Amino acid sequence: MSATLLRASTLRAALRAAPVASSKRAGLVGATFVRGKATLPDLPYDYGALEPAISGKIMELHHKMHHNTYVNSYNQAAEKMAEAQSKEDIKAQIALLPLINFHGGGHINHTLFWENLAPTSQGGGKPPSGALAKAIDDGYGSLDTLKEKFNTALAGIQGSGWAWLVQDTQTGKIAIKTYANQDPVVGQFRPLLGIDAWEHAYYLDYQNRKAEYFKAVWNVVNWKAAEKRFQ
Amino acid sequence: MDAKPAQFHLPPLPYAYHALEPHISRQIMELHHTKHHQTYITNLNAALQTQATAMSTSDLATQISLRAAITFNGGGHINHSLFWLNMAPASSPDTKTSSAPTLTEAIIRKWGGEKEFKDAFSKALLGIQGSGWGWLVKQEGAKESSLTIVITKDQDPVVGAGQVPVLGIDMWEHAYYLQYLNGKAAYVENIWNVINWKVAEERYLGAQADAFKVLKASM
Ligand SMILES: [Fe+2]
Ligand SMILES: [Fe+2]
Repeated sequence: MSATLLRASTLRAALRAAPVASSKRAGLVGATFVRGKATLPDLPYDYGALEPAISGKIMELHHKMHHNTYVNSYNQAAEKMAEAQSKEDIKAQIALLPLINFHGGGHINHTLFWENLAPTSQGGGKPPSGALAKAIDDGYGSLDTLKEKFNTALAGIQGSGWAWLVQDTQTGKIAIKTYANQDPVVGQFRPLLGIDAWEHAYYLDYQNRKAEYFKAVWNVVNWKAAEKRFQ
Repeated sequence: MDAKPAQFHLPPLPYAYHALEPHISRQIMELHHTKHHQTYITNLNAALQTQATAMSTSDLATQISLRAAITFNGGGHINHSLFWLNMAPASSPDTKTSSAPTLTEAIIRKWGGEKEFKDAFSKALLGIQGSGWGWLVKQEGAKESSLTIVITKDQDPVVGAGQVPVLGIDMWEHAYYLQYLNGKAAYVENIWNVINWKVAEERYLGAQADAFKVLKASM
């Protein structure tokens, strides 16, 4: 599957997910859900293509099992949400929000994450260029300093979560932020580059040595995807 | 000025690393105990040392900034110390609920039956979003105590007033991933085979301080 197709399916997923977060548009949500469901996007590379940084076994489980569970659970929650909305049951809608946030967030995060990675033969590990490279130099002095700070943020996550390079939509500046569990990057910040710090993302290869995973993953980071998201 | 706080040490397991097989593999138990639990202790000791220094110099800002590290790593030490004792080899008579007559009676009073309790507990465990623990907690009241299922996130420990952690189950992915991969429902189903009901009964009959005796022993 081409990168263009993946982007298109990501966009469709994001569009479908968007109304859920906005209670003002609640009336539209039922119709939006009936029309289509979130689907698991194909990876733009083979499961084994990121080795040795990330094994084929991890990639396959992570994509086919973990991500797919988020997709299915999100669709189930979305269906229940549509039902609660059609009944104008506000209590039931509010009760469903954590599930929408968790599973919808899991779908959004992993979809962005797959794009953030690439085999070295497809540009994985190649430093960023252009405006994003300049923003990194301006903000952090160098790419190496950014990676160091990013890895410190990853290592400091207490529990499951993600670290993201984000862009502040108000100031245009970039920043490193961590998010708990599957909380997605929404609102004031735009996700540029995310690294999954859940144990399932590295445990089969690295076990408790997560610092080694955080170091190795940069060899397969696709900065082109981050550049495209940067505005 | 060189304040020296007590240092915590890794408590030994009361059974061999392979003793919980086939329900929990030797590899998981060994990594979980010697690496994960040890890391919480190492980081806790470091945070407590920094805190002792901050207290001796009345450095309030540093004391407050250390709270998250102490909760996380101290919680990790408390939770795992309690967890190891909550398990026993499946062949041990302690894994039969008949080893916990008083607790079982209270469970049946509250949930209607042992199966109903296990179903409710398992459902709560599988509903955790992210890393965390599920606990059966005795809440001591003025007149009588009650049982509840409590979910705590990350390494938050059960240390509220009058709360006794009777039984805890680790739902971090490191607790099952090498063996069960994404199949956490199978982990939850199987762990019931290695629950030490005798210890659960003792904790249920005791007070909060009794449950935490294991921590004093590992200082
Ligand atoms: Fe993940
Ligand atoms: Fe653990």
